[in-house]
Amino acid sequence: MAARPPLRFITCGSVDDGKSTLIGRLLYESRHVLEDQAKALEADSRQYGTRGGGLDLALLVDGLQAEREQGITIDVAYRTFATEARRYTVADTPGHDQYTRNMATGASTADLAVLLVDARKGLLVQTRRHARIVAMMGIRHVVLAVNKMDLVAFHPRVFARIEAAFRDFADAFSFSSLQAIPVCALEGDNLFTRGARMPWYEGPTLMAHLDGVEAGRTVAGAPFRLPVQGVNRPDSHFRGFQGRVAQGMVREGDRVRVVPSGATTRIREILVGDRKAPQAEAGESITLLLADEVDVGRGDLLAAAEAPPQAADQFEARLLWFSEHPLAAGRPYLVKLHTREVSGSVTAIKHRLDVNTGQALAAKTLDLNDVGLVTLALQEPVAFEPYGTCRTLGGFILVDRYTGETAGAGMIDFALRRASNIHWQALEVGKEARARIKHQQPLCLWFTGLSGSGKSTIASLLEKRLHAEGRHTFILDGDNIRHGLNRDLGFTEADRVENLRRIAEVAKLMTDAGLIVLVSFISPYRSERRMARELFPEGEFLEVFVDAPLEACEGRDPKGLYAKARRGELPNFTGLDSRYEAPEHPDIHLHTDRDPVEACVDQILQRVQA
Amino acid sequence: MPQHPLESESIEILREAVAGAERPVLLYSIGKDSSVLLHLARKAFHPARPPFPLLHVDTTWKFQEMYRHRERMAAESGLTLLTYTNREGLAAGINPFDHGSSHYTDVMKTEALRQALDLYGFDVVFGGARRDEEKSRAKERIFSVREPGHRWDPRHQRPELWNLYNTRLQKGQTLRVFPLSNWTEVDIWQYIRQEGIPVVPLYFAQERPVVRRSGTWIMVDDGRLPLAPGEGPQMRMVRFRTLGCYPLTGAVESTAATVEEVIAETLEARVSERQGRLIDSDQPASMEAKKKEGYF
Repeated sequence: MAARPPLRFITCGSVDDGKSTLIGRLLYESRHVLEDQAKALEADSRQYGTRGGGLDLALLVDGLQAEREQGITIDVAYRTFATEARRYTVADTPGHDQYTRNMATGASTADLAVLLVDARKGLLVQTRRHARIVAMMGIRHVVLAVNKMDLVAFHPRVFARIEAAFRDFADAFSFSSLQAIPVCALEGDNLFTRGARMPWYEGPTLMAHLDGVEAGRTVAGAPFRLPVQGVNRPDSHFRGFQGRVAQGMVREGDRVRVVPSGATTRIREILVGDRKAPQAEAGESITLLLADEVDVGRGDLLAAAEAPPQAADQFEARLLWFSEHPLAAGRPYLVKLHTREVSGSVTAIKHRLDVNTGQALAAKTLDLNDVGLVTLALQEPVAFEPYGTCRTLGGFILVDRYTGETAGAGMIDFALRRASNIHWQALEVGKEARARIKHQQPLCLWFTGLSGSGKSTIASLLEKRLHAEGRHTFILDGDNIRHGLNRDLGFTEADRVENLRRIAEVAKLMTDAGLIVLVSFISPYRSERRMARELFPEGEFLEVFVDAPLEACEGRDPKGLYAKARRGELPNFTGLDSRYEAPEHPDIHLHTDRDPVEACVDQILQRVQA
Repeated sequence: MPQHPLESESIEILREAVAGAERPVLLYSIGKDSSVLLHLARKAFHPARPPFPLLHVDTTWKFQEMYRHRERMAAESGLTLLTYTNREGLAAGINPFDHGSSHYTDVMKTEALRQALDLYGFDVVFGGARRDEEKSRAKERIFSVREPGHRWDPRHQRPELWNLYNTRLQKGQTLRVFPLSNWTEVDIWQYIRQEGIPVVPLYFAQERPVVRRSGTWIMVDDGRLPLAPGEGPQMRMVRFRTLGCYPLTGAVESTAATVEEVIAETLEARVSERQGRLIDSDQPASMEAKKKEGYF
């Protein structure tokens, strides 16, 4: 059986550098292609092959029909094979620009990267791009496979020149190991056996190098960390905490601390699977029983008491963007970091990294496949380690709450402030006290709807009625705020997001002051309205959907805006060339094309006074 | 190095999926992969029972020994066993002989699975598929989103980084979760030996009544298999590398009668395990097409 720890590696390089062919050859020569698969390969080669009917080994890995038809790799494929020395899992990742996110995916769990270069072409922009991503994802071991040596007559100088250029370029990444190997993947030279055609090359073959490389990621002596996945309570006597050890080792009797809460206790018992064990180490899935009844839940970290990790709610992080919908600073996402899910947002984009040149560029948004340096802010403090120390505790994903897609993935560099340093200014006179002398419950009524739907008219009449009843109110209106507080913002998506973030915060301060606030903004995006709602306690925020068909609104056009927009003088106009996402479950739904203004106001008053 | 990295990874996946699920279920097909998956699920939640039932989509054409094993494992694990058969398909007499393996599989397996998932409203479905089984499976995520109607869209898969699994679903979407993604056939057998996991005896060689069909040995498991005039089953030492519907599952000639012998044979094997499955090759890019429609 394999003696060394398993090795996970990725192959990457430009389109047509021969990645799939290389993996196909590795599988074929390590006897992992079986007779029926070889037979299917022969048939596939005749139908789709690029080798004139000869065996096209790339077809072994290009598994999706579209890939075989187009002769390219679209998605990351994982293959397992073994030699006498160890077990391998290889991720074949696409070379095309638009599939970079798949490369990052393959790299995220890899210990080593095989970077392919076409000997005829040398280092390309893509090669540099991939090397940067490999380094950023924390891979410390690199093999530079200079492929297609047969097409440069196996010339040693070609190889030497490419190796020198790459070493020069890769110096900045300080890889722990870097081995350059001249190969011919198509024929197999220097993969398993040394080809007779490159006698000048004295280094190891690819497989000899992979068999021998020490690429383990577990650091000896690192302090114990266990992200809690779940609490197991089959009955009142058993309360076990489930998780997979992210780092270090734990023994019965060890003192542990719960992060972020800070409580400490001892390990009473360790279960590895269903068996009691005196200890457990990094990588094992275990269940822990603790000596004391302390409050622990999913998303908490159990850590060595003498060396606990930090907890923080603001980080500097590198972020890869995967969504076709650009990142806007301030927009809330669901952030998943180890087993913790918490609402959070990118509050600032410091710069975008040009992965082709390594240059930092100014940026207001991140687009699909962009990489940026950002500030990430979470709603609650979370236990973490810098990504460079522990991938499991420093890597996170951003999930779009509406589409559910994984919009981005990031790596924490460091905390910008520790949670323990954040203290709200404790105020002597509280929100309740302020509301009490006004004889009212503070409330935020958030009006959303198209321009011309009647938001301002209704809010204005509602305020009059509330005022007549002796209520303390205030209207925040889109047009007025844009003349002052938000004068610096335009109508791009990023600016709209920031616009609403500020409005929501102002409205929050006003409810803290005990007021009933009427916010009247188009507020076209669901995610920002949700962000606003989440600022307020349950019941203190009511979303009022002022609903009228676009034609009706355009017909009214009280400020002549639609006419202007139709003439092309107002770009990004909601309902025309900028989208409006209608609320799915508004607290109050008004139909202004059907009901008169007074009836709409009555409808709100009934709900508010209920 | 941990004792068994694959086991640890699978347990992490099971726990993570359950944490994000409302109504999880384990698709139990009675084969060796299902047996390992069930064993892992019991370990993952020990000493509690796994918080989900087993679902068997029954075509009514499984081997008799499989039905016996199913009942035994359900009783032993204490888990609820749900079985589902496409009644309309059964009433229409859809069978593997008269309707072709492709149409039969579509109606009695794929369609039946969709019906069962809709009936119970399961949002997270565990399956025992492995990436080494088939090319399109090698490309699938561990947490694989199915669109409404259970369709798989291979071109719009979520990126899956580190061990961070996105379990967020939109209305109508469901999640298929494959905790054995990174296991190989040999891993499965070695784990079965290490843990002493019970499997259906059909995996071990024995003299069985078989007939020759499409270049493979088909076992005459009951009286429903049509025989040519004058044709009779012959006794052969055979075993099965995978188990499915008996008329569509070819046996291999073998003398491997113990787990050790099966492992030795698997290591020496020169053909893949699914070669005995007639449905895999009944149309080009067959598995990908079936998966897009909702097949596991």
